[in-house]
Amino acid sequence: MTALLHVDNITKRFGGFVALDGIDLEVQPGERLGLIGPNGSGKSTLVNCICGTLQNESGSVSFDGQTVDGLAAHERTHRGIARSFQLPRPFHSMSLADNLRIPLLYTVRTREGMLHAHSDLNARCHELLEMVGLAKKARQLPRDLTQVEMRKLELARAMAAEPKLLIADESMAGLSHSEIEDILALLVRLNERGITVILIEHIMSAVMSFSQRLAVLVSGKKIADGKPEDVVRNPEVVRAYLGQ
Amino acid sequence: MRVNTTKFAFITIAVGAAVMAFAHWFNVDYLYFASYTILQFIVLATAWNILGGYCGYVNFGSAAFFAMGAYSSVALHKFDTLIDHWFSGSFAAILHAVFPLPIPILILFGAIVSGIAGFGMGYLTLRLRGSFFAIATLALAVVLQTLVVNWEYVGGSRGAYIIRPESIEFAGITINYIEYLFGLMLLLAMISLVTARAIEHSQLGFGFATIRDDELAAEACGVPTLRVKLIATTISGAFMGMAGAPFPYYIGYLQPSSAFGLEYAVNSIAMPMIGGTTSWVGPLVGAILLGSAQQYATVTISSAVNLLIVGLMLVGFVIIAPNGLIGLVQGWRRAWRKP
Repeated sequence: MTALLHVDNITKRFGGFVALDGIDLEVQPGERLGLIGPNGSGKSTLVNCICGTLQNESGSVSFDGQTVDGLAAHERTHRGIARSFQLPRPFHSMSLADNLRIPLLYTVRTREGMLHAHSDLNARCHELLEMVGLAKKARQLPRDLTQVEMRKLELARAMAAEPKLLIADESMAGLSHSEIEDILALLVRLNERGITVILIEHIMSAVMSFSQRLAVLVSGKKIADGKPEDVVRNPEVVRAYLGQ
Repeated sequence: MRVNTTKFAFITIAVGAAVMAFAHWFNVDYLYFASYTILQFIVLATAWNILGGYCGYVNFGSAAFFAMGAYSSVALHKFDTLIDHWFSGSFAAILHAVFPLPIPILILFGAIVSGIAGFGMGYLTLRLRGSFFAIATLALAVVLQTLVVNWEYVGGSRGAYIIRPESIEFAGITINYIEYLFGLMLLLAMISLVTARAIEHSQLGFGFATIRDDELAAEACGVPTLRVKLIATTISGAFMGMAGAPFPYYIGYLQPSSAFGLEYAVNSIAMPMIGGTTSWVGPLVGAILLGSAQQYATVTISSAVNLLIVGLMLVGFVIIAPNGLIGLVQGWRRAWRKP
Protein backbone atom coordinates (compact mmCIF):
# COMPACT_ATOMS: atom_id res chain seq x y z
CA MET A 1 0.00 0.00 0.00
CA THR A 2 1.42 3.40 -0.91
CA ALA A 3 1.39 6.13 1.68
CA LEU A 4 -1.14 8.97 1.37
CA LEU A 5 1.30 11.50 2.81
CA HIS A 6 5.00 11.10 2.46
CA VAL A 7 7.25 13.62 4.22
CA ASP A 8 10.83 13.05 3.19
CA ASN A 9 13.69 14.52 5.19
CA ILE A 10 12.34 18.06 5.44
CA THR A 11 14.17 20.92 7.11
CA LYS A 12 12.91 24.34 8.09
CA ARG A 13 14.97 27.13 9.63
CA PHE A 14 13.90 30.46 11.07
CA GLY A 15 17.12 32.47 10.92
CA GLY A 16 19.60 30.48 12.95
CA PHE A 17 16.94 28.40 14.67
CA VAL A 18 16.35 24.95 13.22
CA ALA A 19 12.63 24.30 13.67
CA LEU A 20 12.53 21.04 11.71
CA ASP A 21 15.62 18.93 11.30
CA GLY A 22 15.31 16.18 8.74
CA ILE A 23 11.82 14.93 9.48
CA ASP A 24 10.54 11.77 7.81
CA LEU A 25 6.92 10.78 8.16
CA GLU A 26 4.55 8.51 6.33
CA VAL A 27 0.81 8.35 6.77
CA GLN A 28 -1.23 5.54 5.27
CA PRO A 29 -4.69 6.09 3.82
CA GLY A 30 -7.40 5.86 6.45
CA GLU A 31 -4.92 6.00 9.32
CA ARG A 32 -5.35 7.89 12.60
CA LEU A 33 -1.98 9.34 13.52
CA GLY A 34 -1.25 11.18 16.73
CA LEU A 35 1.54 13.75 16.69
CA ILE A 36 2.86 14.87 20.05
CA GLY A 37 5.80 16.81 21.40
CA PRO A 38 6.59 19.48 23.97
CA ASN A 39 5.90 23.16 23.24
CA GLY A 40 8.21 24.52 20.56
CA SER A 41 9.14 21.08 19.27
CA GLY A 42 8.06 21.96 15.73
CA LYS A 43 4.63 20.35 15.47
CA SER A 44 2.89 23.38 14.07
CA THR A 45 5.82 24.15 11.78
CA LEU A 46 5.54 20.63 10.40
CA VAL A 47 1.82 21.16 9.81
CA ASN A 48 2.56 24.47 8.09
CA CYS A 49 5.13 22.81 5.84
CA ILE A 50 2.72 20.02 4.92
CA CYS A 51 -0.10 22.49 4.22
CA GLY A 52 2.04 24.96 2.29
CA THR A 53 1.66 27.88 4.70
CA LEU A 54 5.45 27.66 5.06
CA GLN A 55 7.80 26.27 2.44
CA ASN A 56 10.45 23.85 3.67
CA GLU A 57 14.07 24.58 2.71
CA SER A 58 15.08 21.03 1.88
CA GLY A 59 13.44 17.66 1.59
CA SER A 60 10.09 17.09 -0.04
CA VAL A 61 6.45 16.45 0.71
CA SER A 62 4.33 14.28 -1.53
CA PHE A 63 0.64 13.67 -1.23
CA ASP A 64 -1.46 11.03 -2.92
CA GLY A 65 1.46 9.91 -5.07
CA GLN A 66 2.40 13.39 -6.30
CA THR A 67 4.88 15.91 -4.99
CA VAL A 68 3.35 19.10 -3.61
CA ASP A 69 6.64 20.96 -3.19
CA GLY A 70 6.39 24.61 -4.14
CA LEU A 71 2.60 24.55 -4.30
CA ALA A 72 0.78 27.35 -2.48
CA ALA A 73 -1.46 26.50 0.45
CA HIS A 74 -4.68 26.85 -1.57
CA GLU A 75 -3.39 24.44 -4.22
CA ARG A 76 -2.65 21.84 -1.55
CA THR A 77 -6.16 22.33 -0.21
CA HIS A 78 -7.44 21.64 -3.73
CA ARG A 79 -5.38 18.43 -3.76
CA GLY A 80 -7.10 17.28 -0.58
CA ILE A 81 -5.15 18.45 2.46
CA ALA A 82 -7.31 20.29 4.98
CA ARG A 83 -6.38 21.69 8.35
CA SER A 84 -7.87 23.34 11.36
CA PHE A 85 -5.93 26.05 13.12
CA GLN A 86 -4.59 25.90 16.66
CA LEU A 87 -6.38 29.14 17.47
CA PRO A 88 -9.67 29.14 15.56
CA ARG A 89 -9.55 31.58 12.66
CA PRO A 90 -13.15 31.93 11.48
CA PHE A 91 -14.14 34.55 8.91
CA HIS A 92 -15.58 36.83 11.55
CA SER A 93 -17.74 38.99 9.30
CA MET A 94 -19.60 35.99 7.85
CA SER A 95 -22.34 33.80 9.22
CA LEU A 96 -21.48 30.20 10.08
CA ALA A 97 -23.13 28.98 6.88
CA ASP A 98 -21.10 31.44 4.81
CA ASN A 99 -17.91 30.34 6.58
CA LEU A 100 -18.50 26.86 5.20
CA ARG A 101 -19.52 28.21 1.82
CA ILE A 102 -15.95 29.40 1.13
CA PRO A 103 -14.28 25.97 0.82
CA LEU A 104 -17.33 24.72 -1.06
CA LEU A 105 -17.06 27.54 -3.58
CA TYR A 106 -13.31 27.64 -3.89
CA THR A 107 -12.25 24.01 -3.42
CA VAL A 108 -15.07 21.55 -4.03
CA ARG A 109 -16.39 23.44 -7.03
CA THR A 110 -13.02 23.81 -8.75
CA ARG A 111 -12.15 20.17 -8.06
CA GLU A 112 -15.32 18.80 -9.53
CA GLY A 113 -15.25 21.25 -12.38
CA MET A 114 -18.98 21.76 -12.23
CA LEU A 115 -21.28 24.32 -10.79
CA HIS A 116 -23.46 23.49 -7.86
CA ALA A 117 -26.82 25.10 -7.86
CA HIS A 118 -27.40 27.72 -5.20
CA SER A 119 -29.71 25.40 -3.26
CA ASP A 120 -27.12 22.58 -3.39
CA LEU A 121 -24.61 24.80 -1.67
CA ASN A 122 -27.07 25.79 1.03
CA ALA A 123 -28.00 22.17 1.63
CA ARG A 124 -24.36 21.16 1.90
CA CYS A 125 -23.61 23.98 4.38
CA HIS A 126 -26.54 22.89 6.46
CA GLU A 127 -25.48 19.25 6.34
CA LEU A 128 -21.99 20.11 7.56
CA LEU A 129 -23.33 22.27 10.37
CA GLU A 130 -25.68 19.45 11.29
CA MET A 131 -22.71 17.10 11.49
CA VAL A 132 -21.02 19.24 14.14
CA GLY A 133 -24.28 20.16 15.85
CA LEU A 134 -24.33 23.85 14.90
CA ALA A 135 -27.24 23.79 12.46
CA LYS A 136 -29.38 26.01 14.69
CA LYS A 137 -26.77 28.76 14.61
CA ALA A 138 -26.28 28.77 10.84
CA ARG A 139 -27.11 32.46 10.50
CA GLN A 140 -25.20 33.69 13.51
CA LEU A 141 -21.74 35.21 13.46
CA PRO A 142 -18.68 33.38 14.85
CA ARG A 143 -18.43 35.86 17.73
CA ASP A 144 -21.66 34.43 19.18
CA LEU A 145 -20.06 31.00 19.59
CA THR A 146 -18.49 29.37 22.66
CA GLN A 147 -14.95 27.99 22.56
CA VAL A 148 -16.00 24.43 21.81
CA GLU A 149 -18.44 25.56 19.13
CA MET A 150 -15.66 27.59 17.54
CA ARG A 151 -13.48 24.44 17.38
CA LYS A 152 -16.36 22.56 15.81
CA LEU A 153 -16.83 25.30 13.23
CA GLU A 154 -13.11 25.12 12.48
CA LEU A 155 -13.36 21.36 11.90
CA ALA A 156 -16.55 21.70 9.86
CA ARG A 157 -14.87 24.26 7.62
CA ALA A 158 -11.89 21.96 7.10
CA MET A 159 -14.31 19.14 6.30
CA ALA A 160 -16.24 21.29 3.85
CA ALA A 161 -13.27 21.09 1.47
CA GLU A 162 -13.89 17.32 1.28
CA PRO A 163 -10.30 16.43 2.09
CA LYS A 164 -8.49 13.11 1.98
CA LEU A 165 -6.31 14.17 4.88
CA LEU A 166 -7.43 16.24 7.85
CA ILE A 167 -4.86 17.77 10.13
CA ALA A 168 -6.39 18.83 13.43
CA ASP A 169 -3.94 21.18 15.13
CA GLU A 170 -4.70 21.19 18.87
CA SER A 171 -8.42 21.34 18.36
CA MET A 172 -9.07 20.38 22.01
CA ALA A 173 -6.76 22.70 23.92
CA GLY A 174 -8.60 24.51 26.71
CA LEU A 175 -11.76 22.40 26.49
CA SER A 176 -13.48 20.53 29.31
CA HIS A 177 -13.49 16.76 29.56
CA SER A 178 -16.93 16.26 28.03
CA GLU A 179 -16.15 18.73 25.26
CA ILE A 180 -12.99 16.78 24.44
CA GLU A 181 -15.10 13.62 24.19
CA ASP A 182 -17.38 15.50 21.82
CA ILE A 183 -14.58 16.52 19.47
CA LEU A 184 -12.94 13.08 19.65
CA ALA A 185 -16.19 11.37 18.70
CA LEU A 186 -16.48 13.77 15.78
CA LEU A 187 -12.96 12.98 14.56
CA VAL A 188 -13.57 9.24 14.85
CA ARG A 189 -16.76 9.63 12.83
CA LEU A 190 -14.86 11.46 10.12
CA ASN A 191 -12.18 8.77 10.10
CA GLU A 192 -14.85 6.11 9.70
CA ARG A 193 -15.92 7.88 6.53
CA GLY A 194 -12.46 7.16 5.14
CA ILE A 195 -10.68 10.39 5.96
CA THR A 196 -7.11 10.11 7.16
CA VAL A 197 -6.59 12.16 10.33
CA ILE A 198 -3.46 13.59 11.90
CA LEU A 199 -4.22 14.73 15.43
CA ILE A 200 -1.84 17.12 17.11
CA GLU A 201 -2.57 17.31 20.78
CA HIS A 202 -1.15 17.80 24.25
CA ILE A 203 -3.92 16.01 26.08
CA MET A 204 -2.49 12.50 26.36
CA SER A 205 -5.70 10.69 27.22
CA ALA A 206 -7.27 12.01 24.03
CA VAL A 207 -4.26 11.16 21.89
CA MET A 208 -3.97 7.66 23.36
CA SER A 209 -7.60 6.80 22.82
CA PHE A 210 -7.68 8.22 19.30
CA SER A 211 -4.39 7.27 17.66
CA GLN A 212 -3.53 4.04 15.94
CA ARG A 213 0.04 5.24 15.66
CA LEU A 214 1.98 7.90 17.52
CA ALA A 215 4.87 10.07 16.37
CA VAL A 216 6.89 12.23 18.76
CA LEU A 217 8.74 15.42 17.86
CA VAL A 218 11.36 16.92 20.14
CA SER A 219 13.39 20.01 19.16
CA GLY A 220 12.62 19.56 15.49
CA LYS A 221 13.56 15.89 15.37
CA LYS A 222 11.33 12.85 15.29
CA ILE A 223 12.45 10.66 18.18
CA ALA A 224 9.79 7.98 18.12
CA ASP A 225 7.16 6.56 15.79
CA GLY A 226 5.10 3.47 16.43
CA LYS A 227 2.29 1.92 18.41
CA PRO A 228 1.03 4.36 21.06
CA GLU A 229 1.59 2.02 24.01
CA ASP A 230 5.17 1.30 22.89
CA VAL A 231 5.97 4.91 22.19
CA VAL A 232 4.95 6.19 25.62
CA ARG A 233 7.26 3.61 27.21
CA ASN A 234 10.17 4.64 25.01
CA PRO A 235 12.87 5.95 27.39
CA GLU A 236 13.77 8.84 25.07
CA VAL A 237 10.16 10.03 25.01
CA VAL A 238 9.87 9.76 28.77
CA ARG A 239 13.07 11.75 29.14
CA ALA A 240 11.83 14.48 26.78
CA TYR A 241 8.54 14.83 28.62
CA LEU A 242 9.57 14.33 32.23
CA GLY A 243 13.22 15.30 32.19
CA GLN A 244 15.89 13.08 33.64
CA MET B 1 -35.96 38.17 -1.56
CA ARG B 2 -32.80 39.32 -3.23
CA VAL B 3 -32.97 41.11 -6.55
CA ASN B 4 -30.68 39.49 -9.12
CA THR B 5 -28.07 41.42 -11.05
CA THR B 6 -30.03 41.76 -14.27
CA LYS B 7 -33.04 43.16 -12.44
CA PHE B 8 -30.80 45.46 -10.45
CA ALA B 9 -29.20 46.68 -13.68
CA PHE B 10 -32.64 47.53 -15.05
CA ILE B 11 -33.58 49.35 -11.87
CA THR B 12 -30.31 51.29 -12.05
CA ILE B 13 -30.98 52.21 -15.69
CA ALA B 14 -34.46 53.38 -14.78
CA VAL B 15 -33.15 55.53 -11.92
CA GLY B 16 -30.34 56.85 -14.14
CA ALA B 17 -32.79 57.75 -16.90
CA ALA B 18 -35.00 59.54 -14.37
CA VAL B 19 -32.03 61.53 -13.06
CA MET B 20 -31.02 62.42 -16.63
CA ALA B 21 -34.57 63.46 -17.52
CA PHE B 22 -34.87 65.56 -14.39
CA ALA B 23 -31.54 67.27 -15.06
CA HIS B 24 -32.54 67.91 -18.67
CA TRP B 25 -35.85 69.38 -17.60
CA PHE B 26 -34.12 71.61 -15.03
CA ASN B 27 -31.40 72.44 -17.58
CA VAL B 28 -29.13 74.66 -15.49
CA ASP B 29 -25.43 74.47 -16.33
CA TYR B 30 -24.41 74.78 -12.72
CA LEU B 31 -26.52 71.76 -11.77
CA TYR B 32 -24.63 69.70 -14.34
CA PHE B 33 -21.28 70.93 -13.02
CA ALA B 34 -22.12 70.21 -9.41
CA SER B 35 -23.75 66.84 -10.05
CA TYR B 36 -20.86 65.77 -12.26
CA THR B 37 -18.54 66.10 -9.27
CA ILE B 38 -20.86 64.08 -7.06
CA LEU B 39 -21.22 61.36 -9.68
CA GLN B 40 -17.47 61.29 -10.13
CA PHE B 41 -17.11 60.73 -6.41
CA ILE B 42 -19.67 57.92 -6.53
CA VAL B 43 -17.42 56.17 -9.05
CA LEU B 44 -14.26 56.88 -7.05
CA ALA B 45 -15.78 55.84 -3.73
CA THR B 46 -17.23 52.64 -5.21
CA ALA B 47 -13.88 51.82 -6.84
CA TRP B 48 -12.02 52.46 -3.58
CA ASN B 49 -14.49 50.30 -1.71
CA ILE B 50 -13.88 47.29 -3.95
CA LEU B 51 -10.33 47.11 -2.61
CA GLY B 52 -10.63 48.99 0.67
CA GLY B 53 -14.04 47.85 1.86
CA TYR B 54 -14.44 44.37 0.40
CA CYS B 55 -10.79 43.26 0.77
CA GLY B 56 -9.74 45.51 3.64
CA TYR B 57 -6.74 47.01 1.83
CA VAL B 58 -6.66 50.76 2.43
CA ASN B 59 -5.53 52.61 -0.66
CA PHE B 60 -4.26 56.15 -0.08
CA GLY B 61 -3.28 56.57 -3.69
CA SER B 62 -6.72 57.01 -5.29
CA ALA B 63 -5.62 60.36 -6.67
CA ALA B 64 -2.83 58.64 -8.61
CA PHE B 65 -5.24 56.31 -10.39
CA PHE B 66 -7.66 59.15 -11.04
CA ALA B 67 -4.83 61.29 -12.41
CA MET B 68 -3.58 58.47 -14.58
CA GLY B 69 -6.99 58.32 -16.22
CA ALA B 70 -7.00 62.08 -16.65
CA TYR B 71 -3.48 62.23 -18.04
CA SER B 72 -4.02 59.38 -20.46
CA SER B 73 -6.81 61.52 -21.92
CA VAL B 74 -4.49 64.52 -22.09
CA ALA B 75 -1.80 62.44 -23.77
CA LEU B 76 -4.21 61.17 -26.43
CA HIS B 77 -5.71 64.63 -26.92
CA LYS B 78 -2.24 66.08 -27.34
CA PHE B 79 -1.35 63.39 -29.85
CA ASP B 80 -4.10 64.66 -32.13
CA THR B 81 -2.51 68.11 -32.38
CA LEU B 82 0.92 66.65 -33.11
CA ILE B 83 -0.02 64.23 -35.88
CA ASP B 84 1.12 66.55 -38.70
CA HIS B 85 4.29 67.32 -36.82
CA TRP B 86 5.27 63.65 -36.46
CA PHE B 87 3.75 61.92 -39.45
CA SER B 88 2.98 62.73 -43.07
CA GLY B 89 1.18 61.34 -46.08
CA SER B 90 -1.48 58.69 -45.94
CA PHE B 91 -0.61 57.52 -42.43
CA ALA B 92 -1.30 61.00 -41.10
CA ALA B 93 -4.59 60.98 -43.01
CA ILE B 94 -5.59 57.72 -41.35
CA LEU B 95 -4.70 59.12 -37.95
CA HIS B 96 -6.70 62.25 -38.66
CA ALA B 97 -9.68 60.07 -39.43
CA VAL B 98 -9.37 58.33 -36.07
CA PHE B 99 -8.38 61.27 -33.88
CA PRO B 100 -9.57 63.12 -31.89
CA LEU B 101 -10.95 60.12 -30.04
CA PRO B 102 -14.42 60.40 -28.55
CA ILE B 103 -14.59 60.52 -24.76
CA PRO B 104 -16.04 57.01 -24.32
CA ILE B 105 -12.91 55.63 -26.00
CA LEU B 106 -10.75 57.84 -23.77
CA ILE B 107 -12.58 56.42 -20.76
CA LEU B 108 -11.73 52.94 -21.97
CA PHE B 109 -8.08 53.95 -22.34
CA GLY B 110 -8.08 55.49 -18.87
CA ALA B 111 -9.52 52.26 -17.49
CA ILE B 112 -6.85 50.17 -19.18
CA VAL B 113 -3.96 52.39 -18.06
CA SER B 114 -5.15 52.61 -14.46
CA GLY B 115 -6.15 48.95 -14.43
CA ILE B 116 -2.62 47.96 -15.43
CA ALA B 117 -1.25 50.33 -12.79
CA GLY B 118 -3.57 48.73 -10.23
CA PHE B 119 -2.35 45.29 -11.20
CA GLY B 120 1.26 46.43 -10.92
CA MET B 121 0.67 48.05 -7.57
CA GLY B 122 -0.99 44.88 -6.31
CA TYR B 123 1.88 42.78 -7.53
CA LEU B 124 4.57 45.00 -6.01
CA THR B 125 2.88 45.28 -2.63
CA LEU B 126 1.83 41.66 -2.24
CA ARG B 127 3.53 41.16 1.05
CA LEU B 128 2.40 44.44 2.56
CA ARG B 129 -0.64 44.63 4.77
CA GLY B 130 -2.43 47.24 6.85
CA SER B 131 -0.66 50.55 7.24
CA PHE B 132 2.36 49.36 5.25
CA PHE B 133 0.17 48.85 2.20
CA ALA B 134 -1.44 52.26 2.73
CA ILE B 135 1.96 53.97 2.88
CA ALA B 136 3.11 52.17 -0.26
CA THR B 137 0.07 53.43 -2.18
CA LEU B 138 0.73 56.95 -0.91
CA ALA B 139 4.31 56.64 -2.17
CA LEU B 140 3.00 55.52 -5.55
CA ALA B 141 0.97 58.72 -5.81
CA VAL B 142 3.99 60.87 -4.97
CA VAL B 143 6.23 59.07 -7.47
CA LEU B 144 3.64 59.40 -10.24
CA GLN B 145 3.05 63.06 -9.55
CA THR B 146 6.79 63.68 -9.79
CA LEU B 147 6.85 61.84 -13.10
CA VAL B 148 3.98 63.86 -14.53
CA VAL B 149 5.44 67.16 -13.34
CA ASN B 150 8.58 66.33 -15.31
CA TRP B 151 6.81 65.05 -18.39
CA GLU B 152 6.85 67.90 -20.85
CA TYR B 153 4.54 66.21 -23.38
CA VAL B 154 1.49 66.42 -21.10
CA GLY B 155 2.34 69.94 -19.98
CA GLY B 156 4.64 69.22 -17.04
CA SER B 157 4.13 71.46 -14.06
CA ARG B 158 2.58 74.16 -16.26
CA GLY B 159 -0.41 71.98 -16.92
CA ALA B 160 -2.37 71.36 -20.10
CA TYR B 161 -5.31 73.17 -21.64
CA ILE B 162 -8.10 71.29 -23.26
CA ILE B 163 -10.64 73.47 -25.01
CA ARG B 164 -13.88 71.62 -24.93
CA PRO B 165 -16.45 72.21 -27.67
CA GLU B 166 -19.64 74.08 -26.87
CA SER B 167 -21.82 71.20 -27.85
CA ILE B 168 -21.80 67.79 -29.42
CA GLU B 169 -24.08 66.36 -32.07
CA PHE B 170 -25.68 62.93 -31.86
CA ALA B 171 -27.81 61.75 -34.75
CA GLY B 172 -28.85 65.28 -35.56
CA ILE B 173 -29.56 66.28 -31.96
CA THR B 174 -27.33 68.96 -30.47
CA ILE B 175 -26.40 68.36 -26.85
CA ASN B 176 -24.81 70.86 -24.52
CA TYR B 177 -21.28 69.56 -23.84
CA ILE B 178 -21.56 69.70 -20.06
CA GLU B 179 -24.77 67.75 -20.27
CA TYR B 180 -22.92 65.18 -22.36
CA LEU B 181 -20.17 64.88 -19.74
CA PHE B 182 -22.78 64.64 -17.01
CA GLY B 183 -24.52 61.85 -18.91
CA LEU B 184 -21.27 59.94 -19.36
CA MET B 185 -20.38 60.20 -15.68
CA LEU B 186 -23.90 59.14 -14.75
CA LEU B 187 -23.42 56.08 -16.93
CA LEU B 188 -20.06 55.33 -15.29
CA ALA B 189 -21.59 55.65 -11.85
CA MET B 190 -24.33 53.22 -12.87
CA ILE B 191 -21.81 50.74 -14.29
CA SER B 192 -19.62 50.90 -11.19
CA LEU B 193 -22.57 50.39 -8.83
CA VAL B 194 -23.93 47.43 -10.79
CA THR B 195 -20.42 45.91 -10.93
CA ALA B 196 -19.79 46.44 -7.23
CA ARG B 197 -23.11 44.89 -6.30
CA ALA B 198 -22.61 41.94 -8.64
CA ILE B 199 -19.19 41.28 -7.11
CA GLU B 200 -20.60 41.45 -3.61
CA HIS B 201 -22.98 38.55 -4.20
CA SER B 202 -20.61 36.45 -6.29
CA GLN B 203 -17.95 33.91 -5.50
CA LEU B 204 -15.41 36.68 -6.02
CA GLY B 205 -17.16 38.77 -3.38
CA PHE B 206 -16.89 35.94 -0.89
CA GLY B 207 -13.22 35.62 -1.82
CA PHE B 208 -12.71 39.36 -1.19
CA ALA B 209 -14.36 39.05 2.21
CA THR B 210 -12.11 36.16 3.24
CA ILE B 211 -9.09 38.33 2.45
CA ARG B 212 -10.48 41.06 4.65
CA ASP B 213 -11.16 38.61 7.48
CA ASP B 214 -8.18 36.25 7.47
CA GLU B 215 -5.83 35.54 4.58
CA LEU B 216 -4.25 32.48 6.17
CA ALA B 217 -7.61 30.84 6.76
CA ALA B 218 -8.65 31.83 3.23
CA GLU B 219 -5.69 29.97 1.74
CA ALA B 220 -6.52 26.95 3.89
CA CYS B 221 -10.03 27.00 2.43
CA GLY B 222 -8.62 26.95 -1.08
CA VAL B 223 -8.96 30.65 -1.93
CA PRO B 224 -6.13 31.74 -4.27
CA THR B 225 -5.56 34.90 -2.23
CA LEU B 226 -2.89 36.34 -4.53
CA ARG B 227 -5.05 36.10 -7.64
CA VAL B 228 -8.14 37.39 -5.86
CA LYS B 229 -6.20 40.36 -4.49
CA LEU B 230 -4.82 41.22 -7.92
CA ILE B 231 -8.32 41.10 -9.39
CA ALA B 232 -9.41 43.59 -6.71
CA THR B 233 -6.52 46.03 -7.29
CA THR B 234 -7.06 45.87 -11.05
CA ILE B 235 -10.83 46.47 -10.97
CA SER B 236 -10.47 49.20 -8.38
CA GLY B 237 -7.72 50.93 -10.34
CA ALA B 238 -9.61 50.65 -13.63
CA PHE B 239 -12.74 52.32 -12.24
CA MET B 240 -10.70 55.17 -10.78
CA GLY B 241 -9.06 55.64 -14.18
CA MET B 242 -12.51 55.73 -15.78
CA ALA B 243 -13.58 58.46 -13.39
CA GLY B 244 -10.47 60.47 -14.26
CA ALA B 245 -10.56 60.15 -18.05
CA PRO B 246 -13.26 62.79 -18.80
CA PHE B 247 -11.89 65.13 -16.11
CA PRO B 248 -9.64 67.25 -18.38
CA TYR B 249 -12.70 68.03 -20.55
CA TYR B 250 -14.71 68.94 -17.50
CA ILE B 251 -12.10 71.18 -15.90
CA GLY B 252 -10.62 72.61 -19.14
CA TYR B 253 -7.18 73.05 -17.64
CA LEU B 254 -5.39 70.16 -16.00
CA GLN B 255 -2.34 70.60 -13.81
CA PRO B 256 -0.62 67.99 -11.65
CA SER B 257 -1.64 69.55 -8.36
CA SER B 258 -5.33 69.43 -9.27
CA ALA B 259 -5.29 65.92 -10.78
CA PHE B 260 -3.30 64.54 -7.86
CA GLY B 261 -5.30 66.66 -5.42
CA LEU B 262 -5.58 65.63 -1.81
CA GLU B 263 -9.35 65.83 -2.03
CA TYR B 264 -9.54 62.76 -4.30
CA ALA B 265 -7.49 60.58 -1.97
CA VAL B 266 -9.32 61.83 1.12
CA ASN B 267 -12.83 61.80 -0.35
CA SER B 268 -12.58 58.33 -1.86
CA ILE B 269 -11.67 57.01 1.59
CA ALA B 270 -14.01 59.19 3.61
CA MET B 271 -17.11 58.58 1.51
CA PRO B 272 -17.21 54.76 1.89
CA MET B 273 -16.22 55.12 5.55
CA ILE B 274 -19.13 57.43 6.24
CA GLY B 275 -21.59 55.39 4.21
CA GLY B 276 -20.35 51.97 5.28
CA THR B 277 -17.75 49.78 3.64
CA THR B 278 -19.35 46.34 3.53
CA SER B 279 -21.94 47.04 0.86
CA TRP B 280 -22.27 48.92 -2.44
CA VAL B 281 -24.84 51.20 -0.78
CA GLY B 282 -22.24 52.72 1.54
CA PRO B 283 -20.07 54.52 -1.02
CA LEU B 284 -23.21 55.69 -2.85
CA VAL B 285 -24.78 57.18 0.26
CA GLY B 286 -21.44 58.58 1.46
CA ALA B 287 -20.65 60.19 -1.89
CA ILE B 288 -24.08 61.79 -2.23
CA LEU B 289 -24.04 63.05 1.35
CA LEU B 290 -20.49 64.28 1.49
CA GLY B 291 -20.39 65.40 -2.15
CA SER B 292 -23.54 67.52 -1.80
CA ALA B 293 -22.34 69.00 1.49
CA GLN B 294 -19.08 70.00 -0.20
CA GLN B 295 -20.83 71.52 -3.20
CA TYR B 296 -23.14 73.43 -0.88
CA ALA B 297 -20.21 74.69 1.20
CA THR B 298 -18.26 75.68 -1.91
CA VAL B 299 -21.07 77.95 -3.03
CA THR B 300 -22.27 79.33 0.29
CA ILE B 301 -19.12 79.54 2.41
CA SER B 302 -15.88 78.96 0.55
CA SER B 303 -14.19 76.24 -1.46
CA ALA B 304 -11.51 75.93 1.20
CA VAL B 305 -14.03 74.62 3.71
CA ASN B 306 -14.41 71.43 1.63
CA LEU B 307 -11.78 69.34 3.29
CA LEU B 308 -12.61 70.69 6.72
CA ILE B 309 -16.13 69.31 6.31
CA VAL B 310 -14.72 65.94 5.26
CA GLY B 311 -12.39 65.89 8.25
CA LEU B 312 -15.09 66.80 10.75
CA MET B 313 -17.56 64.29 9.35
CA LEU B 314 -14.94 61.55 9.32
CA VAL B 315 -14.04 62.19 12.96
CA GLY B 316 -17.71 62.31 13.87
CA PHE B 317 -18.50 59.05 12.14
CA VAL B 318 -15.50 57.22 13.51
CA ILE B 319 -16.78 58.06 16.99
CA ILE B 320 -20.53 57.65 16.52
CA ALA B 321 -20.81 55.06 13.73
CA PRO B 322 -17.53 53.27 13.07
CA ASN B 323 -19.27 51.02 10.55
CA GLY B 324 -20.79 53.92 8.68
CA LEU B 325 -24.44 54.74 8.15
CA ILE B 326 -25.13 51.24 6.81
CA GLY B 327 -23.59 49.72 9.93
CA LEU B 328 -25.69 52.02 12.10
CA VAL B 329 -28.92 51.01 10.34
CA GLN B 330 -27.99 47.30 10.44
CA GLY B 331 -27.27 47.61 14.16
CA TRP B 332 -30.69 49.11 14.77
CA ARG B 333 -32.40 46.41 12.72
CA ARG B 334 -30.58 43.67 14.61
CA ALA B 335 -31.54 45.21 17.94
CA TRP B 336 -35.14 45.45 16.72
CA ARG B 337 -35.31 41.77 15.80
CA LYS B 338 -33.65 40.58 19.02
CA PRO B 339 -35.65 42.14 21.85
